[in-house]
Amino acid sequence: MSLGRTRAVTLEGVRGRVVEVEADIGSGLPKMVLVGLPDTSLNESKDRCRAAVINSGETWPNRRVTVALSPASLPKSGSQYDLAIALAVLAAAGAVPAEPIRDAVLLGELALDGRLRAVPGVLPATLAAAQAGCRRVMVPEVNATEAGVVDGISVVAVRSLAHAVALLRGEEPPDDPPVEPLATTENLSWQGEDRWSGLDFADVRGQPAARRCVEVAAAGGHHLFLEGPPGAGKTMLAERLPGLLPDLEPEASLEVSAVHSIAGVLPADAPLVTRPPFLDPHHTASIAAIVGGGSRIIRPGAMSLAHRGVLFLDEAPEFACHVLEALRQPLERGSICIGRAERSATFPAHFVLVLAANPCPCGLDFGKDARCECTQAAKRRYKDRVSGPVRDRIDIYRKVEPVRRHEVRDELGGVEGTSVVASRVAAARARQQQRYSGTPWRVNGEVPGPALRATWPVHATGAAWLEEHLAAGHISARGADRALRLAWTVADLRGDDRPMLDHVKIAYALRLSEPLPAAWPTDLPLAAEVA
Amino acid sequence: MGSSATAARTALGRYGEDVAARHLVESGMTVLARNWRCDLGEIDIVARRGDVLAVVEVKTRATTNFGSPLEGVTPRKAARLRRLAARWLAEHPVKPAEVRIDVIGVVIPHRGAPQVDHVQAVA
Repeated sequence: MSLGRTRAVTLEGVRGRVVEVEADIGSGLPKMVLVGLPDTSLNESKDRCRAAVINSGETWPNRRVTVALSPASLPKSGSQYDLAIALAVLAAAGAVPAEPIRDAVLLGELALDGRLRAVPGVLPATLAAAQAGCRRVMVPEVNATEAGVVDGISVVAVRSLAHAVALLRGEEPPDDPPVEPLATTENLSWQGEDRWSGLDFADVRGQPAARRCVEVAAAGGHHLFLEGPPGAGKTMLAERLPGLLPDLEPEASLEVSAVHSIAGVLPADAPLVTRPPFLDPHHTASIAAIVGGGSRIIRPGAMSLAHRGVLFLDEAPEFACHVLEALRQPLERGSICIGRAERSATFPAHFVLVLAANPCPCGLDFGKDARCECTQAAKRRYKDRVSGPVRDRIDIYRKVEPVRRHEVRDELGGVEGTSVVASRVAAARARQQQRYSGTPWRVNGEVPGPALRATWPVHATGAAWLEEHLAAGHISARGADRALRLAWTVADLRGDDRPMLDHVKIAYALRLSEPLPAAWPTDLPLAAEVA
Repeated sequence: MGSSATAARTALGRYGEDVAARHLVESGMTVLARNWRCDLGEIDIVARRGDVLAVVEVKTRATTNFGSPLEGVTPRKAARLRRLAARWLAEHPVKPAEVRIDVIGVVIPHRGAPQVDHVQAVA
């Protein structure tokens, strides 16, 4: 038999497509032809496979070898096809049984000595294989835990080509060294991966209003803008927001892990991301770093890595304008579509956005006796850097002032920690999930204004009060919609069935950075008692 | 020394061509010509069986340390073999239905029998 056939996966964004790999050994001078729109990295696979096969003690056929990757019109790139190509050729040569690999999906890059190397994107590739009806994948050993996350598919972990050949022939596998994991930037991180693990909400002193804003943002998935002078605690607050979010649901966890797998940042020992990610790119980040990009292999950017988590842009006005403008599509759609000449990719990008900014370029324009010396024009320029359309999509706006001594004294020992607030957030999220079951939305922050007004209206007293402020021009129509969403989150945090006047008032204050009532919803009398 | 090495290579090549010719005869072909030359170059063997004419290039090596002898036939050489085949047909009154370019790789180890690898229709 001179035909070998197996399968591999090509990735477009987070979606994988199963690719059939066929090898034919025909009459002709020794030569290897690879057809099916391979790019350079894939074309080099010819030489890697040949060297790996020979150095694994197998014979490379001294004939014309044609390898076809189909669908032929789909451009393919990357090195993850090596294992499939090498084994398809060996199957065509009759060196390994053809039947076991015919319907399996094989992934992995080969080293010249026949060792397998780890590849990115094994999780989404395995998902695609399972959806295409494959029952078996063969992956580099180090990626096996990642592939094992997918249900209904058996994972064969291999260390080298010789190992794979021995398994297929039913022989004793050789004792090869383990596969090395992908080198990621995390290996170089001096702060370690647990940088955020020890953070507690109780670390933040004072700032009762800002703390509540963070709590509401976490509960309803609302975007948050924090404005305040240096040292007011904006960064501290933002870093503690992910800790308030509940663990990712299984489906969300797979989505997030798939994105991280493609970016190659998924640790080998923890193949599933179970906690909401937190990304805080520096303000010098390029648009490709934030949005994602690359010419042939399109990689996800920070906003996709923050999917189902928190994207924190500290010193937001310092970011390049086009980077900030690029936030508009994901804020609207929950995904980002990146187009390049050869292909386009869509990545999920559904995150809670937290922007932090100084009140003015010098940062001192706050309080009654402001020492700021910035000109009006400079202040205006600074503020305008975060454009109207982006501001418009942010629900909560809060001015943060440096903590005063009496605030710290007042609350000695009485600050709520992460666990207390997180349990409130979890309860509020559970209520929302129940309310929005059967809809595409999960949290209040996602529900469009018209749907909210039509299906889940607030109490008439609250609506009338908001209408007055709208008529007086205190709040825009879009702002009023935002306030309605916030009112629902406030009600959910408190456990009320429907937002009343009090909730709408709090929402209005959250929206416009007005002083919050001292009594938080949990302290207020229950709606039933008022009525 | 240089000339003796060249002589040794020539002798190896001749021996390889003999082995290849024997292989062709054993497989039922008739050798029509050997070492036919023209201004384009040389054809090692022209052989025929029925309606099929084969223009055969023979590559001989003593070891496979530097790759199989078949790999010594470059695409350029294969293209020249096509032109040589056309020239040979033009100059001989043979009208075969099918013309094939074959390459025979011969490995002649220091000990043991020569190994013959016959690839048909390469160009």
